[in-house]
This record gives sequence, C-alpha cells and structure tokens, in this order.
Amino acid sequence: MASAALDSLPAPLRSLRLKTKQQELLVRVSALALIYVLAFVIRLFSVLRYESMIHEFDPYFNYRTTLFLSEHGFSEFWNWFDSESWYPLGRVVGGTLFPGLMVTAALLHRLLRALSLAVHIREVCVLTAPFFAANTTLVAYAFGREIWDSGAGLVAAALIAVCPGYISRSVAGSYDNEGVAIFALLLTFYLFVRAVNTGSLAWALASAFGYFYMVSAWGGYVFIINLLPLYVLVLLITGRYSQRLYVAYNCMYVLGMLLAMQIRFVGFQHVQSGEHMAAMGVFFLLQVFFFLDWVKYLLNDTRLFKSFLRITLTCVITVGTLALGIGTASGYISPWTGRFYSLLDPTYAKDHIPIIASVSEHQPTAWSSFMFDFHILLFLFPAGLYFCFKRLSDATIFVVMYGLTSMYFAGVMVRLILVAAPAVCLISAIAASATIKNLTTLIRTKSKSPQTVSAKATGSKAAAKGAVDQSLPFQQNAAIVLLLGAFYLLSRYAVHCTWVTSEAYSSPSIVLAARGHNGGRVIFDDYREAYYWLRQNTPPDAKIMSWWDYGYQITAMGNRTVIVDNNTWNNTHIATVGRAMSSYEDEAYEIMQSLDVNYVLVVFGGVTGYSSDDINKFLWMVRIGGGVFPVIKEPDYLVNGEYRVDKGASPKMLNCLMYKLCYYRFGELTTEYGKPPGYDRVRGVEIGNKDIKLEYLEEAFTTSNWIVRIYKVKPPKNRS
Amino acid sequence: MATPPSPPLLRVAALLLLVVASASTARADLVIARADRKVDLTSHIVRVLTSLKVENSGPEAVSQILLAFPNVQAKNLAAIRAFGTEGKVKGPSTVLPIEVVQPSGVPPELTFFSTSLSKALEKGKTLHLDVLTVFTHSVQPFPEEITQAESQLVVYQDTAQYLSPYPVKVQTLSIRLPGGRVESYTKYPNTKLAESELKYGPYEDLPPFSYSPMVVHFENNNPFAVAKEVIREIEISHWGNVQITEHYNIAHGGAKLKGEFSRIDYQSRLYVRGVSSFRHLIARLPPRAHSIYYRDEIGNISTSHLWSDSKKTQLEVEPRFPLFGGWQTTFTIGYGLPLQDFVFNSDGKRFLNITFGSPMEEIIIEKLVVKVVLPEGSKDIDVSVPFPTKQGQEVKYSHLDIAGRPVVVLEKPDVIPEHNLYFQVYYRFNNISLLREPMMLITAFFLFFMACIVYMRTDMSISKNSPSYLAKVQWDEVQSIIQQIQAIFDQSIAVHDKLEASLRDLSRSGDVQSCKAARKAADAQFKELAKELKPLLTSLQSSPQSYQIWPKVEELVAKERELQDKLMTRHSTVVDSFEKKLRGQDVENRIATQQQEVAALRQEVESLLEYISEI
Repeated sequence: MASAALDSLPAPLRSLRLKTKQQELLVRVSALALIYVLAFVIRLFSVLRYESMIHEFDPYFNYRTTLFLSEHGFSEFWNWFDSESWYPLGRVVGGTLFPGLMVTAALLHRLLRALSLAVHIREVCVLTAPFFAANTTLVAYAFGREIWDSGAGLVAAALIAVCPGYISRSVAGSYDNEGVAIFALLLTFYLFVRAVNTGSLAWALASAFGYFYMVSAWGGYVFIINLLPLYVLVLLITGRYSQRLYVAYNCMYVLGMLLAMQIRFVGFQHVQSGEHMAAMGVFFLLQVFFFLDWVKYLLNDTRLFKSFLRITLTCVITVGTLALGIGTASGYISPWTGRFYSLLDPTYAKDHIPIIASVSEHQPTAWSSFMFDFHILLFLFPAGLYFCFKRLSDATIFVVMYGLTSMYFAGVMVRLILVAAPAVCLISAIAASATIKNLTTLIRTKSKSPQTVSAKATGSKAAAKGAVDQSLPFQQNAAIVLLLGAFYLLSRYAVHCTWVTSEAYSSPSIVLAARGHNGGRVIFDDYREAYYWLRQNTPPDAKIMSWWDYGYQITAMGNRTVIVDNNTWNNTHIATVGRAMSSYEDEAYEIMQSLDVNYVLVVFGGVTGYSSDDINKFLWMVRIGGGVFPVIKEPDYLVNGEYRVDKGASPKMLNCLMYKLCYYRFGELTTEYGKPPGYDRVRGVEIGNKDIKLEYLEEAFTTSNWIVRIYKVKPPKNRS
Repeated sequence: MATPPSPPLLRVAALLLLVVASASTARADLVIARADRKVDLTSHIVRVLTSLKVENSGPEAVSQILLAFPNVQAKNLAAIRAFGTEGKVKGPSTVLPIEVVQPSGVPPELTFFSTSLSKALEKGKTLHLDVLTVFTHSVQPFPEEITQAESQLVVYQDTAQYLSPYPVKVQTLSIRLPGGRVESYTKYPNTKLAESELKYGPYEDLPPFSYSPMVVHFENNNPFAVAKEVIREIEISHWGNVQITEHYNIAHGGAKLKGEFSRIDYQSRLYVRGVSSFRHLIARLPPRAHSIYYRDEIGNISTSHLWSDSKKTQLEVEPRFPLFGGWQTTFTIGYGLPLQDFVFNSDGKRFLNITFGSPMEEIIIEKLVVKVVLPEGSKDIDVSVPFPTKQGQEVKYSHLDIAGRPVVVLEKPDVIPEHNLYFQVYYRFNNISLLREPMMLITAFFLFFMACIVYMRTDMSISKNSPSYLAKVQWDEVQSIIQQIQAIFDQSIAVHDKLEASLRDLSRSGDVQSCKAARKAADAQFKELAKELKPLLTSLQSSPQSYQIWPKVEELVAKERELQDKLMTRHSTVVDSFEKKLRGQDVENRIATQQQEVAALRQEVESLLEYISEI
C-alpha cells in the first residue's frame, strides 16, 4: 500500500524512495539509536525519584577519589597517601585501587569542560554508569551480529538495555567500578571473538587494549584471564585449532599482560599469582601445539612424529609441573586468594573468611533473584543454547562458554549476576531473534503466493523444499499465534524491567523513603544529617570509629578520619573495631584510647524499623572480632544459640558497647502505639536493658529518626 | 549566678571626666533640648532610635551636628542613619549625610560622626533629628556555655545618660526586652522595669559627655543566626531570567552548648530542652520567584517549606540539624526571578535594580560578597551602591562561553537587614549577542553532519593499490551491477504479469487481436531487456569478486529465459485454442502441465532473486 502511494508521487519525489537495503539500514540505525537512548533514560529513575546523588557505599569512595583526581591531577592521585582512612595506618590509595573508573570520569569531565559545558564533576560521576550502559548496548549489538546476525544483535542490544540484572548496578548515581567494567568486559570479549573470527592482528590488539581498560577498572578481569584460556583449550580439544586462534590469543595475552602490569594494584600478578597461571599455561601450550604442527609438517612421517610427540609432551608436562611446583613452594607464585576459593567452593567463605561472608551481596543467589533479574531470559537462555549448538562456530562456542561459566558464578554470588547478564542477554537474543525470524518467514512465504498452494501441493520441484512445513495444518495461524505470544512475552519483559528499575533498583540507600499513614512519601535523610553534622561540628582532625560499612561515607560526606572502611584490606584492624564494639564499656574505652578515637558512630533502626542496622550486623562484628581475638566468643552473646536483645538476652550482650550505644535512653521512648516504651520495631521486642548509663562516652548527636547515633569519647579523667 | 564582667564602658567613663572641661567649650553653642532613646533588644541585632531636639543658642549658624559613640560600641556599629526636620512640629524629614570625623581635642576612646544639615541652623532655631543606629554583636551571651536544658542569658551594656558633646536638658531611655526572665540590671534613680520594658529617666540638665554605664542581663532565646560568610551570585540572562544563588555559612552565635545533645529530650520536651536552639530560618524572596532549590555540598535538603502569593514568596529553610550554640552549617539556596522585574532600560543602557542584602530575616552577615554576573559581551559596566563597598571584577565561564562573563564583585562586612537597599549595575549589551550561543551550536552540528557526509562520500584509504582496497572497489562494482541486473529482472517480471493480464482480458472480452499485440510487445520488450542484460553479465563475469555470486546469476538468467519461453508458448497455446473456439475445459487440460511448469519456474526465479538481493 505504501509503495502504491509512493508510485503515485511525481517522479523527482519517487527517486527519493529508499531501496530495501536503505530502508533496512534506516530501521536498524534508528532502532539502535532508540535503544541507546532507552538504556540511558531508564537508568535515570533514581535521579527523578530522589536527586542527582551518589548511591550506596563504595561509590562514595570512588567519588571522593575522582574529586581528588580532578583537583590535583593524575600524578598526585597516583601517589596519594590517604591519611583520612584506616587511622593510624593510612592507605596508599594509588596502589590499592582500580583507577579506570576515576580516570574515565575525570576525562569525561575534562572533555565537557573543553566543550565549554560547565558541569560539576558530581553530575559526570552520577551519569557515568548510565552512559556506559548505553555504550554496552552498542557493543552487545556488534557482538550479537558477530555471533549470529544483525537481527540477533538488535535484540541483544534491546534486552541488555533494560535487563534488571545489569540495571541494578548501573543506575544513575551508582558510581561503581562495575558501571564501566561490564562495558569493558563485553568489549574485550567482542574484540577477541572478532579477532578469532578474522585472525587479524589489529582486532587482537584492540582486544588487548579492551582488556587493559577492564583491568584498570575492575577486579573481575580475572574472569576474562581465566575464561579466554579455557575457551582456547576447548577449541584445541574439539579440533578447532586454527592460525586465527593462535594469532588472536598470543597477541591478546602478551600485550594484555604487559599492559595490565602498568596498573599498580595488579602489578606482577599476571606472572606471580596462581589465579593467572591458567592463561600462562595455555599460552605455552599453544606454542607447543604450533611447534608440533610445524615439526609434523617437516617430518612428514607419522611414526617418527608420534615418538617425537611423546617425548615433547613428556618434557613439557614435566617442565611445567616442576616450574609450577617450585614457584609455589618458593612463594614466587602466590596461592589462590580466599575470594577465588569462595567462588569455586561456595561454602569456603562461611568457614574461613567471615569478612567476605558478612557481605550480603556475597551470598549464594536465591532462585527468586534469578527470576527477578532475568525474567523471561531465564527461559530463553536454554533455547538460545540450543540454537547455538545447532549452528556451532568458534563464536557461538565462546558465547556458550561465557554463558555457562558466568551462570555458575551468578549462582555462587548474588553480585555476579551482573557478569552473567550480558551473556544471558546475548544467548536469549539468539533464541528470540531466530524464533521470530523463523515464524515471520513462515507467514511471509504463505501470504506471498496464497493461490499457488494447490499447485505446489501437487508435488512440484519448488514445493518440495517446503514439504516438511506443509505437513502441519493451520501452520500459518499457529505461526501468528506464536508470534503474538513472543511479542507478549517480550512486552511483559519490558514492563517487568521498568517496574523493577523504578521500584527496586533506583533507591540511593543513603536516603530512605517510606509510605506514610496518609500514603504520602516520608523521607528519612538521617545518614546525611549525621554526616553533615560531623563535617560541620566536629574538629577537623577528629577520628570516628564505626563499623566498616560506613567508612567510605564518613570520609566522603563527613570529611573526617575513620578507623576502618569498606576497603577491608586489614582484617586485624577491623577485628579490633569489632572487639571494641563487643566489649564492655571500660574495655572498649581502652581500645578506643589506643586508637585515638574521638567519636563513635552507630546505626540503629529500632525507631523507624530500618532493618539493616548495627544490631543486626552485630554477630558479624563478634565473629570477625573473635576470629582474631579469642577473648570474644560468639556463644557469650547468644542464648541457646539464639540471638536476642530482650530480657532473655545474655548479660554480655546486654552490657556490651554496641548494645549500650544503640539503646542509650531508648527505654524512655515510645515507638509504637500500644507497646511499652523501649519497643524495638526491627526486632519486635521490648529491649532488655532500659537503664543504660554511659561512663566514658556521652551522646553527641542523634539524628531526627534515631538512625544514626554519634557519641563523643570523653577525655581521660585527671589523676587525683 | 555570677555577676557580669566589669564592662569596658566603665573605664571609658573615668577617662571622660578628664576631658569634659577642655573639649566642651569649643561647641557650646548647641543645646539638646530633649533626647529620647529607644533600644530594641528583642533580637540579637540591637537597634537604637535616638530622637533629638537640637537648639542653637549661639550667635552663629551651625551646619554640622556631632554624634558621639564610645569606640567599643562604634566597632559594632553596622549602620547609622539620620533624618532631620526643622521647626517645632514634625514635618517631612530628609535623610542627612553622615561621615566619621575626628575633631581636635576629643578623647581617643570616642568615635564621632558628623551629620551635615542641608540648611544651616540659624540662631535660636530648633531641629528634630532622628538617628537610627544598628549594632551587631552587642548582646553577649553570659554565661558563655550552657547545657541543652538551660535557656540563654545575655548581657547588654550601654550608658543610661545620652553621651553627647552638647549639654542635654531632658532625656529618657527605654529598653525593650524580649520578655522572659530579667536576671539583673543597673539601678539608678528613676529606673523602672515594667513587663518587658526597662526605663531610665527622665534626667534633666546634664553637662556634655555625661556618662553612666548600665548593664542589663536578661533571657533571650531568639535565634542568634550569624552568617560568617554569604556569597550571593546574581546572574542575568537576557533570555528572561535572573538567577540568584546564595551560599550561606551560618552559625548559632549565642551561648555554646556544653555536654550532651540528647535527641529524646529535644524531641519530647522541645520548649524546655533545646529552647536556646533554632531549627529554621525564614527567607522573604521577591514575588514570582521560581525554581527554588535548597541544598548543600552533599545533596538536596528535603526540609523546607514555601508559601507564595502575589506580594512575596516566603521560604522556610530548615538546616539538616537544629543549631545549638556554637554549631554551624552551610547551605545554598537558589531561585530564578523574571527578568522584566529587575532589569530595565535607560537611555541605551540597561541596568539591574535589585536589593543588596540577603533575604533571610534577622541575620547578621559578617562578610557579604555580592557577585553580579552579566551576560557575555556586556560593556561599560558601572555600579551604584548606596553605601561604601569594596568593588572588584572577575570573569566567570559558564556553558558555551568563550570570552567569559564579566562579574562585578561587591564586598561588605557586617551586613544586617537594614542594608537590604536597592543597588544598580549599569551596562551595555547588544541583543544580537543573545544569538551567539545558539548559532555556535547550530554551526557545530552542521559541521559535524557535513563531516559525516564528507567521510561517507570520499575515499579515505591511503594505499590505492593494496589488495584489500582493490577488492573493496571491485565488490562495490559488483554490487552496482547486481542492482542493475535486479532492476532488469524486475522489469521482465512486470512484463510477465502483463502477459498474464492480457490472457485474463482475452477470456473476458475475447479480443484476440489485442492479445496478440500484447504478446508482440512483450516479445519486443524481452529482446530489449536481453540486450541490456548482456553487457552487464559480461562485466560481472569478468570481475574477480563475483565468483561466489556468478553461478547463481547464471542460473537465474537461464531460468528466466526458460520461463519466458514457457510463458510465450502457453500464451500462444491459449490464444490458439481460443481462436479454435475450444471449450474452456479443453483449454485447461491443454495448458495444465505448462501452467505447473510456469508456476514452478516463477517460484524458483523469485527465490533466486531474493537470494541475490540478500547479498
């Protein structure tokens, strides 16, 4: 119909009519542009709901360092010794962080400044993650096109643009390493697959640079450096070894390794750490493979070659094992870290490293969160795997391996759903795209020549091709129904993603919002109230002791020195704080004196019902403290293995510092109508110790909803 | 309760007695017939209104009247204004200019201000002079540290007798207190404390430089909001907005909090525990203020309220935490105002006419910096402020600025609400400059798209004879040839359709001749197309890039030719049988096989065409 209308146009206009190719290009480019915008815009819910602000805990550190970088320049930043955290130890910031994110944001800021756009660095930081998420959709498109076709690429871009698993860590304001790292991860993979497909040095080089960016941005680069050799190994075993693979892997590994060594935090780990040895092993294996290939070509005698092969393999394996053994024994090659172990064995952290197990995002994933984060992708994923196996190529093998391994890791740790999200989107996109394409071709061939059906049915040559299809009755109708079903599912996915983004993932967690009695929104801005009070009304050199969760926020927003923070690099120091919190006041006072603590900050949700407060985290403090100082014993705080704060609680619990600081004068407060005073709304009990006297500390500030309480440590008494 | 510290004013008084004799003779011509002073101590800004009735008893006309203040008071003096009315009855008063003078032979402990009269005061005439003086930091908290539960006591010191270089005949002093407890006050004859008003006098016939120190110690819990620094930025945009951004650094200037701050006491018994603190400030913004925001370094502050009507906009800002004595906080408020309310034209020049001080109520600003950001390209900048300020110039770079915007910086210490007077900034600005930034954007985008077009249309490869480059060129050629071939096949398929149509016409109308003519035309067209196709095919065959596609094209050409033949034969068969007037059923039978073949061929040709078009 449209073409008929166009035909009736005058000739000059008709010449403007686009050819099918051009139309396709136009549709593709505009769809991609819309997806790009969508990916950016959907992540702005948090800005609309709240404000342009940094979220959560770690982003505050990143923001603080970015601020430092943009104010003092790169070399100052690289050599920055931060005395405001880990008092009295301090922290060598330049050598203990991944600078990719900060450098990216600072460069973006500088670029905008150069374009004479006077934006604040905070706005740049807030929007970095959405910007990179939008860029990820482009990479996903290119990747999808590389492994399947441009249709699958488009679907992949659309799926990843709104995938909740990815959005959860890339909303505006979640200024964390993952925000740029997922882009870098997918880019590296795409460039590597491209290099394997083409055998081109240029692409391999590009992927090495992608890897460098990834290493500079996030510790998750270990996943790449282990997945790529695994992939090469699988290709070798399945007999898909080729010159292209050789070129791609060698170039990528050697250059990528050298580049990665430039990051101070990573340093020589690529040659010294057990986690990176697989890549090196495969690198040598490839050389041996290549060498054997060459010898085989030279010898041209199978018997001779076989014996040669035997000798070489024995030698190589012996040398390799010896090198590894000596390296490990002499301590040159460091053993695997706890985090790495806990990925391979989910129960490891629980038994050995409480500090890792205490973080909620390190817990094994529940089925519901898979459903929540992937929705229909969870069903499309196996279908996509089927399609991949049906059309096996180097590229699909890669994406299958990426999908399966990352799904495993996502099952081990909640936060690794993020790494799995691109793979799941890609594989699901293959399923969705291939299915829809098949269905539409069915419908189109039928509608094109409906009259010739009878002619075809007689068994002519042309109809023979479609004979299988012909055997199904109501095929066209079925195809239409299935197509509608697919569209329904996809639209449900879009609705689900939007809902999840707006309801679950757009909260900054520093400002809490709740519904009031009359349905209006109530804002609890207690954290910032307390941090700002610290910033304004304490001496500039005051040392604040709090549990490590709040360390980054206190230094960034309160601008004060903290004892421990979210970097958690020194377990003993954290355990000392844990010990202070779980000791009696006089013992704690000695510890605080030895650490020069001026103020103690605790988070308490008993008035508002805010459940992630320090009383609920307290057992972890006891465990971590007890892990280093055996004086602290977990059973002392429990009654028959039960954790309670009411009258039945253990005496040690009722008199430890944390309990006293949280519940100081709480016994006089009526929190809920019809309940006795001192009723804790989180635990749902009346507290057991209402008569708390503080001897060495005094209340300095409590926020309007009691969520943050700050105590001042009194100076030592004069000796009489 | 400890007694207040010995006031420095006492020392002044002792010194004064020595100088009375020597200094008074010089200006004995003037006599103050009546002096009434009203001191307002309800807030932490002290306002003193002195009404003087001045008589000239000397022989000469006097054009200057001296006002004396002890140095300790003068250093806290934030504003002084005098209004004069001549004659016995109060008529319209005029504002009189005031300046600091240093007459000879006066003690250095005193600061003198001189009011210049507009018309010299003749012998025997009287003049009404109203002097408004405003002091900051004159009520001092005592004790200096209090707990949360205590209320704040302050001390005010002054003289019970009017300090003047002239003799005073009758005088009174009344002090308005904020109400509440009065701890102590200096008692002289004729002293009376009634409700919240403390009265001294009347005293009669006192010589020049009479001085009797008085102290009052009373309760004052009104907010002692002191801003250490306020930066007020006024940015003019000729697109229709005056944007105002104010950065505050506010502290509670009263008695410092000592000991604990207990939230439970504060929230359950606010008026007992925490009475000395304040939790909000009120700003009176101009009417039609819009896009108001309230934030600080770490983000938006959600506790603020706004009321607006046609006369004013009232903003109540609540800092993140209540301010107790000695606590401080910083924040920023910003709002937009309509341009036409504040920027006007006068003889080719534009001028901004806006108030100088901060819109906050009852606040002392120790240092106020007003920055007026004029649009980029403003010239001939001229400032007129009703009081002395330190002036400077800066340049500010905002969005899309190249030369930067000129900024007028005005700095003034000790600003009080009395300084909320209008000031003017005159400048020249050409309207064309408004379009500069949009034009810049348009040009940038235009250049960007041009660059894209140029990039797409030009050959950017460096080496013109590398194999990959040649292959690309050849492939482009192949593609264009394929497109032409496709066009030809599309035409020939159209001819096929025409043939079919003619057959249908035949069965309807029975016009054999026209049907034959159609066949003839089709035949001619087929030949024509074949002729066109031939060179294309040869060039395609010769191209090295076509090895993949060539077999398909060849097959397509063969099938198409076969299809043409079949169509022709069928056409002639049908026409023949029509001429022979065979029955429809027989015709069907005769062409049945042909029909099938044609359909099959057509299917194949179409699928081949589709395959080729997908390349």
